[in-house]
Amino acid sequence: MAVLVIADHDNAALKDNTHKAVTAAQKISGDIDVLVAGQGAQAAADAAGKIEGVRKVLLAESAELDQGLAEAFEALVVPLMANYDAVLIPSTSLGKNIAPRIAAKLDVAQISDAVEVVDANTFVRPIYAGNALETVQSSDAKKVITVRPTAFKAAAEGGSASVETIAAPAAPAKVKFVEQQIVQSERPELGAAKIVVSGGRAMGSAEEFQRVIEPLADKLGAAVGASRAAVDAGYAPNDYQVGQTGKVVAPDLYIAVGISGAIQHLAGMKDSKVIVAINKDGDAPIFQIADYGLVADYKTAVPELMSALDGSAK
Amino acid sequence: MKVLVPVKRVIDYNVKPRVKADQTGVDLANVKMSMNPFDEIAVEEAVRLKEKGVATEIVAVSVGPTQAQETLRTALAMGADRAILVQANDQDLEPLAVAKVLKAIVAEESPEVVLLGKQAIDGDNNAVGQMLAALLEWPQATFASKIEIAGGAAKVTREVDGGLQTIEATLPAVITVDLRLNEPRYASLPNIMKAKKKPLDVKELASVGADVASRLKVLKVTEPAKRGGGIKVETAQDLVMKLKNEAGVL
Repeated sequence: MAVLVIADHDNAALKDNTHKAVTAAQKISGDIDVLVAGQGAQAAADAAGKIEGVRKVLLAESAELDQGLAEAFEALVVPLMANYDAVLIPSTSLGKNIAPRIAAKLDVAQISDAVEVVDANTFVRPIYAGNALETVQSSDAKKVITVRPTAFKAAAEGGSASVETIAAPAAPAKVKFVEQQIVQSERPELGAAKIVVSGGRAMGSAEEFQRVIEPLADKLGAAVGASRAAVDAGYAPNDYQVGQTGKVVAPDLYIAVGISGAIQHLAGMKDSKVIVAINKDGDAPIFQIADYGLVADYKTAVPELMSALDGSAK
Repeated sequence: MKVLVPVKRVIDYNVKPRVKADQTGVDLANVKMSMNPFDEIAVEEAVRLKEKGVATEIVAVSVGPTQAQETLRTALAMGADRAILVQANDQDLEPLAVAKVLKAIVAEESPEVVLLGKQAIDGDNNAVGQMLAALLEWPQATFASKIEIAGGAAKVTREVDGGLQTIEATLPAVITVDLRLNEPRYASLPNIMKAKKKPLDVKELASVGADVASRLKVLKVTEPAKRGGGIKVETAQDLVMKLKNEAGVL
């Protein structure tokens, strides 16, 4: 039994999601190899070798892998799977794009967004926007599993696995990369932040969102999130969206400002350790899951919160 | 150009699902069902492609129970030309099985584009489109927020973590749609009436000849852990004190 973990990285650095997928992999087998696919990714591969419990790191480099083209990952990973019983991939937008393609080529089911590995064949995953948990047992010889990073602890550092460079197969001809627009941010990454401050439709405009939510987030060193309503209305960019169809977060502290708490949104944040809701509607569903609720208009509550934070810092 | 749009009948997105007491699944008896919201966006996009003169025919297809005919009628009322139901009454098919059934339909219909929702809100798998692309050996463009089709290729802007990515896929291709692609239209009453007369072909699952065996056995379906009851605080000052002293998260 050996398992392959596909790393989440930006070539220069390895992302925490990789460590979390390694933790999930440890429940399946002790023989864990990590695949780092990208371009100029030696640093990420070296970092992967330092994760405790990693046997070997495979480094494959090509422009198409760096661009995250599913066809390139299929060509690389499917032949590799002759040596592995399972492949685990963090359920990022890349993981969700490539994993089902690999599963279909191997003619196996995919286990999507696993939140618990019970044993090598049994997994728990959320369904119906997180309103139910399904325990499934796989009968496939090989497993393709996407792992919800927020559900696992990060594996420790302290390993010393060697890095082996492997060839990246020829580029797929039917699809090509055109361009990429990545939003630059000084703030912590939404998926990995300890504190998240999210705004909802109550903000009323993009200017108001920036005026209210962003300074509060900066004061707390938090990442900024948004409800789907706020994103759809254009108050916040798409990649801020927390929910079933956006990102799933589980920070230590989640502050929901002017968010009513639709099922769809709760699916993305209800595993946060402490949830704070600020909403002027005392009957909003968000208060049913909030640990601390403040029934107040955000227009007054957020400035008060800001000054209370100043006061307590002194 | 022919566009195939797979649609799924799912629990209405406004309904809070209830887990059955015997842990065998979610209770769907007497629950309002609708078209999966992402599939509405896919149908809308297909209709817009037809309105622009890019698409010539739109075929909606569903794999599911007899009642999925209602979902197909909705697609027809939105502007699809005809519909196919692959009737699977006793079985809740896994994404791989659905992808195999769709592959067989693609072989019959020869569309140049298959347009799907990025995920269904019941299984939350986000897999059928990618699996279908793999089985057909077609290129895939997932999580589309903008689609331009010209000169035998689809230029698709995709929503990825951290921003947007644009790729160009040679047709035929599989495209899955994200929320921001468009705002689906409501079917007007005259169109709902007209949709009743549009062709809807019902096939039995067995006649399609796809391997639909289950690979996953559902051992149980449970409710997620409930959160402990929270408290309401009076002022922002109290809130900060509690977060510092009681919760220890500041």
